[in-house]
Amino acid sequence: MNKYLLYPGCSMDSSAKAYMESLNSIVEPLDLHLEEIEDWNCCGATEYLGINLIPAYSLIARNLALATKQMNGTRTVVAPCSACYLNLAKADYYMQERPTLGAKVNEALAAGGLEYKAGTLDVRHLIDILVYDVGLEAIRSKVVRPLSGLKVVPYMGCMLPRPDYQHRWSDHEHPTELDDLLRALGADVIDYPLTTECCGGHMTQIGPESAFELIRRLISDASERSAHMMVTVCPMCQMNIDAYQNETNHFFGTNYHMPVLFFTQLMGLAFGKEPGKLGIGLELVSSRNALANLGIEVPVTQEPAAPRKKDEGLPMPRRWTKHEGRKEEMK
Amino acid sequence: MTERIGVYVCHCGTNIAGTVDVVDVANWAAEKLKHQGVVIAREYKFMCSSLGQELIEKDIKELGLTRVVVAACSPHLHEKTFRTAAKNAGLNPYLVELASIREQVSWVHSNKTIGTAKSKAVVSGAVSRVIENAALEEIKVPINPNTLVVGGGIAGIQSALEIANAGFHVYLVEREPSIGGHMSQFDKTFPTLDCSACILTPRMVEAGTHPNITLLTWSEVTNVAGYVGNFHVTIKKKARFVNEELCTGCGICQEKCPKKVIDDVYEAGLGYRKAVYTPFAQAVPNFPVMDKENCTYFIKGTCKACEKFCPTNAIDFTQQDQLINVDVGNIILATGYDLFDARRVSSYGYGRLPNVFTSIEFERLSNAAGPTSGNIVLRDGKTTPKSVGIIHCVGSRDKNFNNYCSVICCMQGLKFAHLVHERTGATVYNFYIDMRTAYKAYDEFYQRVLEEGTLFVRGKVAEVTKAARKESEKGKLIIQVEDTLAGKQRRIPVDMVILSSGLQPRADSKEVGKMFGISCSMDGWFTERHPKLDPVATMTEGVFIVGCAQGPKDIPSSVAQGAAAAARVLDKILQKEVMLEPIKASINKETCSGCRICNGLCPFNAIAYIEDDKISDINPALCQGCGTCVAACPAGAISGTGFSDAQIMAQIDGLLLRNLITA
Amino acid sequence: MPQMTDERVRAGMNREEDLSLLHEVSMKTAGVSHLEMCIQCGTCGGSCPVAEDMDHTPRMLFAMLRAGIREEVLRSNTPWLCVSCYHCVVRCPQEVHIADVMYTLKGMAIHAKLYTDSTAPHFSQTFVGMVETFGRGYELGLATRHYLRHFPLRLPGMMPMGFGMITKGRMAIIPKKIKHIDQLTKILNRAKQLELTS
Ligand SMILES: Cc1cc2nc3c(=O)[nH]c(=O)nc-3n(C[C@H](O)[C@H](O)[C@H](O)COP(=O)(O)OP(=O)(O)OC[C@H]3O[C@@H](n4cnc5c(N)ncnc54)[C@H](O)[C@@H]3O)c2cc1C
Ligand code: SF4
Ligand code: SF4
Ligand code: SF4
Ligand code: SF4
Ligand code: SF4
Ligand code: SF4
Repeated sequence: MNKYLLYPGCSMDSSAKAYMESLNSIVEPLDLHLEEIEDWNCCGATEYLGINLIPAYSLIARNLALATKQMNGTRTVVAPCSACYLNLAKADYYMQERPTLGAKVNEALAAGGLEYKAGTLDVRHLIDILVYDVGLEAIRSKVVRPLSGLKVVPYMGCMLPRPDYQHRWSDHEHPTELDDLLRALGADVIDYPLTTECCGGHMTQIGPESAFELIRRLISDASERSAHMMVTVCPMCQMNIDAYQNETNHFFGTNYHMPVLFFTQLMGLAFGKEPGKLGIGLELVSSRNALANLGIEVPVTQEPAAPRKKDEGLPMPRRWTKHEGRKEEMK
Repeated sequence: MTERIGVYVCHCGTNIAGTVDVVDVANWAAEKLKHQGVVIAREYKFMCSSLGQELIEKDIKELGLTRVVVAACSPHLHEKTFRTAAKNAGLNPYLVELASIREQVSWVHSNKTIGTAKSKAVVSGAVSRVIENAALEEIKVPINPNTLVVGGGIAGIQSALEIANAGFHVYLVEREPSIGGHMSQFDKTFPTLDCSACILTPRMVEAGTHPNITLLTWSEVTNVAGYVGNFHVTIKKKARFVNEELCTGCGICQEKCPKKVIDDVYEAGLGYRKAVYTPFAQAVPNFPVMDKENCTYFIKGTCKACEKFCPTNAIDFTQQDQLINVDVGNIILATGYDLFDARRVSSYGYGRLPNVFTSIEFERLSNAAGPTSGNIVLRDGKTTPKSVGIIHCVGSRDKNFNNYCSVICCMQGLKFAHLVHERTGATVYNFYIDMRTAYKAYDEFYQRVLEEGTLFVRGKVAEVTKAARKESEKGKLIIQVEDTLAGKQRRIPVDMVILSSGLQPRADSKEVGKMFGISCSMDGWFTERHPKLDPVATMTEGVFIVGCAQGPKDIPSSVAQGAAAAARVLDKILQKEVMLEPIKASINKETCSGCRICNGLCPFNAIAYIEDDKISDINPALCQGCGTCVAACPAGAISGTGFSDAQIMAQIDGLLLRNLITA
Repeated sequence: MPQMTDERVRAGMNREEDLSLLHEVSMKTAGVSHLEMCIQCGTCGGSCPVAEDMDHTPRMLFAMLRAGIREEVLRSNTPWLCVSCYHCVVRCPQEVHIADVMYTLKGMAIHAKLYTDSTAPHFSQTFVGMVETFGRGYELGLATRHYLRHFPLRLPGMMPMGFGMITKGRMAIIPKKIKHIDQLTKILNRAKQLELTS
């Protein structure tokens, strides 16, 4: 049994209920034990940091301090939300990088009888655990209903792969973790150049016009590439693209219909779970038509490599990933 | 016997005197260290000036000094100066100690009280130590007149030719099948746009045919032993599977060879070669090599087409790697650079977006002898771009990658702008942070490219993407950048992007450096003896560095360094012998337990284990007196002249002022 | 000749360069800001997905910080538009903690009451107020309160969405409160007395 401490974050039982439901349905087949941090509080999203620094970091650090009390057998905290993950991970990192920050935050925590020594915990995102701890092989072995025929755009969002002070991801700009995972489920994964672009974050609330433009860029490129749906790893991304799609269409006079689901929902489907148990249908832009594609066999054709002719294309260099670089360094 | 010690405290202008009360230090030494034998303590504006040196010489003669301490700069700089002064006055030079109160005191402190107090301690340590110094004699060794040059790029070729022309023998070792280095891949060279092959080929041919040059291509140095004047070098000559005596270089074998391979080295991955090949038409030497990994015969056991068609029966599948031993007196390292791997800057899309090219790929594209016969085309092999963006500083000046300026890429970016403009008429953009066109005729070249209508955008490119936001961007590569002079973000659609990748140290530079006993900077470039005054020598006597192996530079500077190192080598050869510092370690046979801990630690491979005696022994000729083994020996069996335990302990006592008499 | 407004005349005349500004911002920023290392390359301004809507690109803002133009920096809408996408942060060749500097500038602008559009500061403050009271985010309450205040005209257009969210159970109607809200309050109260100055 793989034990982790879970920091669900505020949206998991409201706007991202589908995320929580689908997560609950895959922990058992994957033998994951997620223990919720008791009495956790909001991480402050991107709001508190802009108002008052020490309270903002104290707010975040209270969660870390509480988590250390439940460490028993693990030091890993899992956050399914990218913004929560970033806040927790960043607080832990900055408290080390700037010891005065660490000291002040602890001074505040002490008022509540708590303390947190930076570096004690390992803060990670859910998909990191699934890809690197559980492993793609194990995931693939649980697939009973491959998602072949479903054309998906893997959308990582911005706060997950960046700033990545802990060097967890294959790349800051075009990480392949989500692509690999979806491929393991059998889905047709589209190369999506905007995979780590921003969904608008809190701009939907405070500067909707800027946000609509960011959302438009994402959904228009996904439609351009004939995606059936977008797949996300973050409640805020899901919320913005799903809930504000209608308004975005209205604003630009467009007519996009681009469902966006959580990756855990697709995992559940591939593992043979009932859509109803996975929060499918909770999205505002319905995924019904997209999911109708499942089960339709689209044979994958691969053209054989032809010998080079005079005006034939020039060879491409091999793709590089940071992991490759790291391997080289280790040699 | 009590020593008669002279202490000389230098002001170094205000360099030292600014933070240290020099007069106070001298007076203090005269008074407080009198009981240790200090008979005179002086301060002087510039001790290293001839007047300063005369001061010491005069005192030695008139006051009968037996030891001298100079409190001044680091021994690195002027130890030799003051030792020579002592020698001139008849005192053994090793009875002089330098106390570094500049590098270790005035340059690292700002408080004068602290600086003065610390200087006193440092002087006190040096006085205590110098008492324990022993008179030593320099060691004289003859110089072997042969020279080894490693790396046959333009820098190494220059060194080899200079020395060979002066009448001395050179072994020129090159890892690739041909000499020429990066320059052989270029089409034109900035700033004058000479054809690269036209200026390089004559030099290559001269090096290849020179009676004083033994050219060893497809070869690598595998071991180096010895010391200045007497290096023993082992060179591995990899099997070519072509008999060099018989081969005429006719090229029929490559023509007939059925196996095509992507040429990652010379064609930068853009073109193909055969399994048996000479990398390019003007290769020196012009006989081919067979690439065993790709040859059908070696893989499957059949083929031998090359052998069948070779008119001189030169193909020899039984050839083996050969180890060659040569003795040389000096070594020049000219191993050059690697190009930064642009795939690492993933926002620029190299390796993901087909029409993003690296600089070296572009050199091949624009080269008449290249895969497209000099046609500048997109990766589809036929379309001429209508707009081209050239991105500067790729992987350079960037803490995420290499934190230094690669020096040549601004000029190289301008060269590309000119070539694209001239050959395709395309609209050209150059994206730069700062335009670095220092040196002769370089800025004029910038002016010329401006005149040609190249569009310059000051801003480091943020990303290259295929994600179009509007109709005019569809199917293009969009360069997103802040035009910092206009203060606006711009998205510029182009057909082709060229990345000015930076230069970086060879992937194996650390190992190569270690083999030759020299060190690398943090970035991995070979470290010179002095960054300003001794740029081609290294801390290891007899080993020199030239060209890009020492740091990024253009062709003129590489050539100048190649010649400079040759002059240094010739100087050594003509002196016929060399004096070695007598600062050496030695092992006490009685106490050495034979544990061999020291053997692997010596950076100069000076310690060998004597099987018969079951103890280790130090070769005094190889030992550089670094002291590593002395500190490491668990039996305390190793001691060093110039850094004996007695000297070190005395210096520590002195530093802690334990030597002062408390009344 | 165009007439200069009184305000502009005064601004020009009274503008003192405040060379301590850079240091102050740097000190108030979480982590080590590296602000002084900026080489004005523009990677940040080129990367920013919302640069078009900003008064000043992030790079320009940093040049202004360096020049000590305090008021204009704190009045700029740039920090408020930053969506914390961290594109600039990972690409900046000088490792400037750009997104965190934006947070610092927001805080300073609120403190000096120098922001020009109140939407964003009010949203942040409403959110923070909610978190301080309940310990958790409360989306429906936040959204309605925020919209009523700033986009009263948009609210009807938003209703289908809000309605969908509520009927699908994706927006809580009653806020959740953490158990030990008193403990959190104590921590935050203490934290508010502390400032990062060195
Ligand atoms: C795209 C591009 C364009 C350029 N254009 C110009 C220009 O127009 N004008 C200009 O002045 N400069 C230009 N330069 C710079 C120029 O390439 C260098 O200044 C020059 O090539 C340096 O020569 P070098 O001999 O030091 O190194 P290199 O050319 O790298 O040669 C080193 C040689 O050593 C060999 N070698 C390496 N390691 C070993 C080993 N361990 N054992 C044996 N052999 C080894 C290599 O195979 C190679 O042959 C350009 C650079 C680039 C990247
Ligand atoms: S065919 Fe024979 S002679 Fe001609 S190049 Fe090849 S090996 Fe040399
Ligand atoms: S034996 Fe090897 S090198 Fe010779 S022709 Fe065949 S594949 Fe080419
Ligand atoms: S030479 Fe120019 S392009 Fe190259 S790293 Fe330096 S500034 Fe950048
Ligand atoms: S002092 Fe020892 S370790 Fe150093 S060079 Fe001499 S033998 Fe080698
Ligand atoms: S990217 Fe970094 S160095 Fe460049 S302008 Fe922005 S903050 Fe300055
Ligand atoms: S972090 Fe902020 S400033 Fe930086 S690119 Fe993203 S939105 Fe722009």
